[in-house]
Amino acid sequence: MPKHQLYPETWVDKYSDYLFNFTISRVNNSEIAKDLISETFLAGLKSKDNFKGEASERTWLISILKRKIIDHYRKINSNKGKAEVRITYKDDESEGDWLEERVSDPFGKTAEDKIENEELGQAIFSCLDSLNEKQATIFKMKTIDGFDTEAICNEYNITASNLWVIIHRARKAMAECLEKNWL
Amino acid sequence: MKCENANHVCDKSQYKESSFLERVKLTIHLIYCSACRKYTARNKKLSNALKTSDLKTISKEDKNGLKERLHQEMTK
Repeated sequence: MPKHQLYPETWVDKYSDYLFNFTISRVNNSEIAKDLISETFLAGLKSKDNFKGEASERTWLISILKRKIIDHYRKINSNKGKAEVRITYKDDESEGDWLEERVSDPFGKTAEDKIENEELGQAIFSCLDSLNEKQATIFKMKTIDGFDTEAICNEYNITASNLWVIIHRARKAMAECLEKNWL
Repeated sequence: MKCENANHVCDKSQYKESSFLERVKLTIHLIYCSACRKYTARNKKLSNALKTSDLKTISKEDKNGLKERLHQEMTK
């Protein structure tokens, strides 16, 4: 009996936000990210017989997604990338003689922060995994999406004090979990 | 103010939903209650972590779209 099993019907609720953040930091476009995630789920479904149950569902989906992201870059590089090179360097003389290139790369400085933030994001998601589903969903709605208390209460048919109890438990668990894994 | 209430105000403050009076009461409570001080510190840390990580979520409509697409493929 393999350790892990696949439950495709739960994928969207459980993993789509996690995969989305993973993708968005790599492709920088939310539409493309959504397409890639959709492709990932479908590819996962197609090859679910190949799943040996050694890795967790999430790890397995990420490995598919990584390949999809690489494919995506291959595709755009084959057309657009070549044209760009030609535009930058029109003739040999001006090659490498651009003021912009002598200025230090402003993005270089933030690269480390970006990596750190991504690791933090992953830590947050694995902590969210340890909450029960209702807590996790409501916590995400309230904290990340910034929904009004009232809107969430209506949607889940709970009172405001119910909501705050859920939020309190979620925050407490999240803080403890992150303290262990990150802070 | 009781600890339970103090934590509740602290939670609300993380979403900027506490009133000024509540925050004053919380501050006074924190002067003499170390347990709540600890909770408040942790809670703030959590808020900061969430802020710096800049997480994004997929909207509900898009999620439903994904689900539908997946469901179609599964029932094929």
